[in-house]
Amino acid sequence: MTDTVLSLDRISKRFGALLANDAISFDLKQGEIVALLGENGAGKTTLMNILFGHYVADDGSISVFGESLPPGQPRAAIQAGIGMVHQHFTLADNLTVLDNIMLGTEKPWRLSSRKSEARQRLTKLAQDFGLAIEPDKTVADLSVGERQRVEILKVLYREARILILDEPTAVLTPQESQSLFATLKKLTAQGLSIIFISHKLNEVLNVSERIFVLRAGKLVAERPTKGTTRKELAELMVGRPIAEPKIEPQPKGDVHVAIRAVTTADGLDHADLVLHGGEILGLAGVSGNGQTALANLLSGLSHPKSGSLHIFGEDAARWTPDLVTRKRIARIPEDRHAEGLVADMSVTENVIAEIYREPRFNKRGFLDWRAAEGFAEEIIKGFDVKCPSPATRVRLLSGGNMQKLILGRTLSLAPHFILACQPARGLDIGAVSYVHERLIQARKSGASVLLISDDLDEILALADRVAVIYRGRISEPLPSQQVTIQELGLMMAGHGFSEGDAHAA
Amino acid sequence: MRLEPREKPSLLITFAYPALAILAVFVFAGFLVSLSGANPFSVFGLVLKGAAGSQFALFETLTRATPLIFTGLAAAVAFRAKLWNIGAEAQLYMGAVATVVFGTGMLPLPSPVLIPILLIVATLAGALTLLGPAFLKVRFGVDEVVTTLLLNFIVILFVSLLLEGPLKDPMGMGWPQTKKVIAEAQLPKLIQGKRLHFGFILALIAAVAVWIINTRTALGYEMKAVGFNPRASRFAGMKVDRVMLKTALLSGGLAGLAGLSEVSGLKGNLTLDLSPGFGYAGIVVAMLALLHPLGVVAAAIFVAGIFVGADAMSRAAQVPSYIAQVMVASALLAMVTAVMFTRYRLRWK
Repeated sequence: MTDTVLSLDRISKRFGALLANDAISFDLKQGEIVALLGENGAGKTTLMNILFGHYVADDGSISVFGESLPPGQPRAAIQAGIGMVHQHFTLADNLTVLDNIMLGTEKPWRLSSRKSEARQRLTKLAQDFGLAIEPDKTVADLSVGERQRVEILKVLYREARILILDEPTAVLTPQESQSLFATLKKLTAQGLSIIFISHKLNEVLNVSERIFVLRAGKLVAERPTKGTTRKELAELMVGRPIAEPKIEPQPKGDVHVAIRAVTTADGLDHADLVLHGGEILGLAGVSGNGQTALANLLSGLSHPKSGSLHIFGEDAARWTPDLVTRKRIARIPEDRHAEGLVADMSVTENVIAEIYREPRFNKRGFLDWRAAEGFAEEIIKGFDVKCPSPATRVRLLSGGNMQKLILGRTLSLAPHFILACQPARGLDIGAVSYVHERLIQARKSGASVLLISDDLDEILALADRVAVIYRGRISEPLPSQQVTIQELGLMMAGHGFSEGDAHAA
Repeated sequence: MRLEPREKPSLLITFAYPALAILAVFVFAGFLVSLSGANPFSVFGLVLKGAAGSQFALFETLTRATPLIFTGLAAAVAFRAKLWNIGAEAQLYMGAVATVVFGTGMLPLPSPVLIPILLIVATLAGALTLLGPAFLKVRFGVDEVVTTLLLNFIVILFVSLLLEGPLKDPMGMGWPQTKKVIAEAQLPKLIQGKRLHFGFILALIAAVAVWIINTRTALGYEMKAVGFNPRASRFAGMKVDRVMLKTALLSGGLAGLAGLSEVSGLKGNLTLDLSPGFGYAGIVVAMLALLHPLGVVAAAIFVAGIFVGADAMSRAAQVPSYIAQVMVASALLAMVTAVMFTRYRLRWK
């Protein structure tokens, strides 16, 4: 069990001025799960893309099962027994499981397809590895967990001996994640080796045997999982000590937002939610259960088909984004690239996007760019946005700095209600704690915060109360001290939503 | 082989690549000219002489550039907001129709009153022509490339109907043409006895106005934001549909002015050969100018110069004047490529 199956020797890759991988070496033994831990931009994905032949390393070499792997050839990597399960699934929704798995394994010029043979092999694989699957079901009808199983089977079908899983739990409930981990253990028991890429500390501690920590393109540490702690890993990842957020209890204020039995065309189904001033309410849920619909509703992008929506005591059912901004509601959008910012415009142009109609920037239809630039400089300073000048195109900023820019733009409204959708998604730990601090500050000053997040740790760390959204309906919020991750996980899978089963059928 | 974005294109690159693009056009056109048996250098000399070699040539080039500036601005304004207006030809003809309807004696007014009225009706006619497709786009998601393009043919057939019917000049010996506009409706010549007319000045004013709208006004800012990212614009509170309709009005209006300028400034009446494709050439002009309104003026003069110069050259050197179209088309391709290379660099692995 100690044979080395894969070794990377001083792999380096440079993109322009950025050294994405700096002489990284590590090895993988048979039957082992190693975790590759690092923040976004640490170089995890680059390294795996080099391994899989999508990129060619500037320097260094790779050997698989003792033989060196030719660079830049995904086909060679597959033949050598390397299989990659991507974060975003690469399945054809309209084909069956079997078709998806066979796709690309047959020679294109062969006229007859050997389906029954393939079916036999697939069934055997599924049995051997305990990955229950129905080969004739259409992928569109599968749950997310099942789709991931298909992805893994697809790789196994191609006779992979080394599996790379890139952020595999991003779309799973805690329970589905647990069953994935059990599957991975089964695979290694059969002699497969696994590289598990993640930035979630708990998972990495849960599943791996050894942990490699990447930071800014360098391999900064190797730790046996048994001999390390969450805190140590976090600090290795960031490179400095981290303070956990502190939230002091405080009394609830007036009702700020009241959603009653709201149904919308894009996915809310008789949703109820009441939000008070001075509290952070966390909304958990598996992505795609109506979070976006709720965010659209509160942003003024969509309107209720039935039910009522009141914000600050006013009927807000017909509010538009323009009016929502004028009512001093801050919104942190889920997708900062698609919805938050116009990447090809400058920092200045972006920070005034919500408020350029105000008289201080807008003189009879003409914009006062000097005032706008002053405002941009205020935000750059006040929110610690790292950029060369207000004229910099936003595209050139890092994800964290983009998020700070959005935060600065929207919090400068002096909001009483903050809608924060996945505010920490994709940010490094430093930026995450900055965002969280700002939300805690807002709560302290009496604002209400609705925190919609896929990350249960984030919700439990920040929220006063927690609710779960499932198939467009929202559970009764519970005080966050009284719920456990396990309970939330069950609710995220639909437990306690009795009506929902009827809807589902 | 793949493209990597440049973080900051250097000043040298920003100017060198477009210059290289123009050079490439002359090398390519020179090759074609030498195939036809002529000496490329003398041919280019003749083109230059025909475009700018005399006062007459220069005025002729500027006269030809005038409608191109208007249609170029129309395309530049629309494309900046990602409204793909391919219908400047139709809008130009509708502007011309409005001009002859109101300018051939229906309103017997003095010039200082009549010309502003004609400016307004021609702008409106062009603007309303594009408003339809723009409305279909924002309301029902109908692709405006298709609707504006097809509307060109509809409008041209409509104009031909008018020329054979209600607008037909009774004294026109049966030719499909309208009456001449009355003297008060004519744009003054800039220099007595030359063809260059006041429309050129109007075009320059329009270019500066568009430049100011783009850089200084809330509308210009909205059009830019909507063009780059309509979703983020909507999220931030812009009324994306309304911005699109305003863009359509502005773009169509500019193209309508091209029709007025050609009728009132140059031709005097409306015929079916009023525009040899100025609406389509405006797209090329706008792209060559990288959608910058002042760049449109330069690009329009460049394109007009090549056409006028090539006409003169073909008379002298027996090389078909089609070479002008080859040059303009390859200039567009070369310029688009050059712009890409100022933003990206090529990596060979």
